[in-house]
Amino acid sequence: MANDPLYETIIGLEVHAQMLTRSKIFCGCSTTFGAEANTQICPVCAAFPGVLPVLNRELVQMAIKTGLAVHGTIRERSEFARKNYFYPDLPAGYQISQFELPIIERGELTLDLESGEKKRIGITRIHMEVDAGKSLHEGIQGASWIDLNRTGTPLLEIVSEPDLRSSREAGAYLKKLRSILRYLQVCDGNMEEGSFRCDANVSVRRRGDTRLGTRTELKNLNSIRNVMRAIDFEADRQIDLLESGGTIVQETRLWDANLNTSRSMRGKEEAHDYRYFPEPDLPPLVITRERIDAVARQLPELPDAKAIRFSRELGLSEYDAGVLTSSREMASFFEETVQQGAHPKTAANWITVELLGRLNREGLEIEQSAVTPRRLGRLIGLIQSGDISGKIAKQVFELMFETEADPERIVAERGLKQVSDTGAIEAAVDKVLAENPTQVQQYREGKTKVAGFLVGQVMKATRGKANPAAVNAILQAKLSG
Amino acid sequence: MDPTQITLVQAHAMLRSRQISARELTTAFLERIARINPIINAFITVDGEGAMAAARMADERLAQGTATPMTGIPVGVKDLFCTQHLTTTCGSKMLARFRPPYESTVTRKLKEAGAVILGKTNMDEFAMGSSNETSWFGPVRNPWDIRRIPGGSSGGSAAALAARLALATIGSDTGGSIRQPAALTGTTGLKPTYGRISRFGMIAFASSLDQAGPMAWSAADAAMVLQVIAGHDAMDSTSIRDDVPDYSAHLSTRMEGLRIGIPAEYHPESLNPEIGQALDEAGRVFGALGATLVPVSLPHTRHAIPTYYIIAPAEASSNLARFDGVRFGHRCQDPVDLKDMYTRTRSEGFGAEVKRRIMLGTYVLSSGYYDAYYRKAQKVRRLIADDFHQAFQKVDLLLTPTTPGTAFPLGEKIDDPVAMYLSDLFTINVNLAGLPGISIPCGSDSQGLPIGMQLIAPILKEAPLLSAAHAFQTATSWHQRKPEL
Amino acid sequence: MSIQAETVKQVAVLARLQLDDQAVPPLVEQLSNILKLVEQLNELDTRDVVPMSHALDMPIPERPDEVVNTNCKDALLANAPDSVQGYFQVPKIIE
Ligand SMILES: [Zn+2]
Repeated sequence: MANDPLYETIIGLEVHAQMLTRSKIFCGCSTTFGAEANTQICPVCAAFPGVLPVLNRELVQMAIKTGLAVHGTIRERSEFARKNYFYPDLPAGYQISQFELPIIERGELTLDLESGEKKRIGITRIHMEVDAGKSLHEGIQGASWIDLNRTGTPLLEIVSEPDLRSSREAGAYLKKLRSILRYLQVCDGNMEEGSFRCDANVSVRRRGDTRLGTRTELKNLNSIRNVMRAIDFEADRQIDLLESGGTIVQETRLWDANLNTSRSMRGKEEAHDYRYFPEPDLPPLVITRERIDAVARQLPELPDAKAIRFSRELGLSEYDAGVLTSSREMASFFEETVQQGAHPKTAANWITVELLGRLNREGLEIEQSAVTPRRLGRLIGLIQSGDISGKIAKQVFELMFETEADPERIVAERGLKQVSDTGAIEAAVDKVLAENPTQVQQYREGKTKVAGFLVGQVMKATRGKANPAAVNAILQAKLSG
Repeated sequence: MDPTQITLVQAHAMLRSRQISARELTTAFLERIARINPIINAFITVDGEGAMAAARMADERLAQGTATPMTGIPVGVKDLFCTQHLTTTCGSKMLARFRPPYESTVTRKLKEAGAVILGKTNMDEFAMGSSNETSWFGPVRNPWDIRRIPGGSSGGSAAALAARLALATIGSDTGGSIRQPAALTGTTGLKPTYGRISRFGMIAFASSLDQAGPMAWSAADAAMVLQVIAGHDAMDSTSIRDDVPDYSAHLSTRMEGLRIGIPAEYHPESLNPEIGQALDEAGRVFGALGATLVPVSLPHTRHAIPTYYIIAPAEASSNLARFDGVRFGHRCQDPVDLKDMYTRTRSEGFGAEVKRRIMLGTYVLSSGYYDAYYRKAQKVRRLIADDFHQAFQKVDLLLTPTTPGTAFPLGEKIDDPVAMYLSDLFTINVNLAGLPGISIPCGSDSQGLPIGMQLIAPILKEAPLLSAAHAFQTATSWHQRKPEL
Repeated sequence: MSIQAETVKQVAVLARLQLDDQAVPPLVEQLSNILKLVEQLNELDTRDVVPMSHALDMPIPERPDEVVNTNCKDALLANAPDSVQGYFQVPKIIE
């Protein structure tokens, strides 16, 4: 019931994106994922007595990049703050975060909705903070185990305005945001490994109401699909509750992807009072205009700008431009293909239809494609030079996918090169005309449609390698002669 | 000659001229500690083995000619500086068996300079206290009268010096914790500019106020210690980058042209009249040395204690959250669940004063009170700092009493936190403003207890500060008085 | 302002400190006295004063993004009150 006629769903998302720095936010420990427990910790990130944090410069660069990419305001002076709470995977008893003065404020992101409309989603703020460690519970009797490897990994928390109105919009927002972060190469966007996490604030109100309803916060959403399902479930739950005369309680709810349901965390968490205050161990972060400009100059072309360029300069449809800029990998695949000399529109067609179709069937991402952009570009080149027909090209493409061989080699080895030699085609035409006197007769009586049949016979005789244009011309000449 | 009765400057000259070896010097101090420490409890840990090993290395450096002015000098270090593999307790049951796998920048620099660390000195638990009675390892006694407190929180460092158990000690000062005990034990204690000495590896009490500093028998000795431990440290984001001047070279006995401000607000009615008289006399000494005394006003002085008792506990409540029984330190027996582990661990591991300040700090930061308390205090902190900046437009240094009274008897104020807090009346402002301040002996009361005076300088003006103190000590002998033990 | 016993108990929960009943009244009195002392700040007009979070006005230093730490798991775990198989062990966390 995602699109209830009476109720409107209001969604705001909080995304935690792990930044791809080599070292942690405040110490020189590695951020590599999957290391043996507690082998990537030091007195600083494990919060031993007397140690102090020192900020990673690269994180600040990444935050500025992200801020610029979402057209946010980068504060000239921002400050770190401590968020105080006790939890075994938070060794200091406080999380170093930003509170009153975050590095980025007031950004936005534009969604291309399936209806073809564009929708602007506000980004309230983006701030830097440390990630917590991990606790293990399963299979351990009466105890939990703490692994602090992840502690101190840098995060950007990206908070949207409550501008999203459906789970589809929420999904589109997450895809767009993830794509931007990947374009910037600041986050790998891997939701399963937890490097891109999302909490959703959901409320409903009767259409026409201007006040926001009571919201709940959904946690444990480890894929975009789960975010969408959890939002739909929660909206329905709230609507049912209101319809049956109940009231919504402001609470945190945990999504259970296996049971396809959420449960309240009420009563299981202490009343939180985070007692934020400015981090005394870290002076304010001052970012100059010059620094922002320097980062701006290094910013890669982002999806929106790229899509506009693809359609305006390369003549692609808006749809194709959208698909081809949906990820950094997709866009660079396309651009490299074109660099090989492929006509942009032809390249776009081949990528969106043949390549993506095949990848989808195989469940592969574009960066895993066996057909490289260089090879695809050269395949298209063979069509453009008239060496093979489009039809043959599709065969060659399938073979390229399976054998990872160059298109020229496949064409040569299998003798697929198109025949444009008029002598050879003439011989084939003569043979076909001699073998099909009935059709020749019909043609001459005015049933010119049979020409198609005769062309087909010639193509068959040449095993598809004859240049169709040449076949047509010779056939026409002979028939009317 | 008893080598425990000489100054650091003299000891260095004797070591260099091979009149004494570092081993002989260290042995003499270790023997004296063995005899006297049981009476005054100034050291929590004595590291005889480590000290002798360091002394042997110092002798080698002295022989090779690679010695620094601190090579072979036996020192005591307050037990909140993490020392690798040497127990670091912070005066708390919480850390009674904590052996840091890392070294504080201060002790690393001391070791690199060849100093001999005799052991770790007693202190108020987590540096919270003004009498050294909150230590889990028992109170420190004042060598001038063992029924009295030595001041705190660096009470062990001060008492060790007064009793000649080390040539110099390292303390830390958040609201007066170096200067107040120095005053009450007749020693010289310097709190440098905030950020002049790295805080890395110094267990935090209130991060925006904490600063390490040297304690010694004279300003000249303190200058030699400061030289080694001051300087920028990339491990501390609040560390100052400015170069460290040659403090000893700047020491002078001339004070012509120096303007010394006397703030009116530092002579309240609660001030012990004997201290007032000692200050007047000190003023005359400075005048005779060529300085000009100028009356100044620091109007927000009386707001410093309330401001401090919001900011310091707030920061402390957060700094001490890491003592949770998970990674190090005390953990209660057989916790039934997580919450039980936290609350029993922390309730057993912390003493009453620490818990009181954690409670206070948690309260002033909690939702609904932040603006009324914490933000308000941060604003008043700026007013207090601005007072100093304005005064320093007119004068080079300020002269004040260090404490409103002399050493008081053990137990007198321990159950009255407010009375205890008021003994930091003259020192707290300096921390709030981040300024350097030094306490040096300038008299004694009718019972023979030492009286200290405080000199305060603008940011990074440690050199003129030490120089003024040195000039005073050249003209007087208060710093040479020794208690009978 | 004096503080209520109930507030003191709530603060103790936040601070993860255990207070037995007889510890509460003296703490209420002491904290109230301290807060009375603190309230004299209210006589100051601080509307236009910028809060001071740091003793000195300096910008944050930034370090290069380099991995400089090597595995020191054993040295850190050596201080742990309870550790198992390279993990810090705590009573079961119930979510
Ligand atoms: Zn680390």
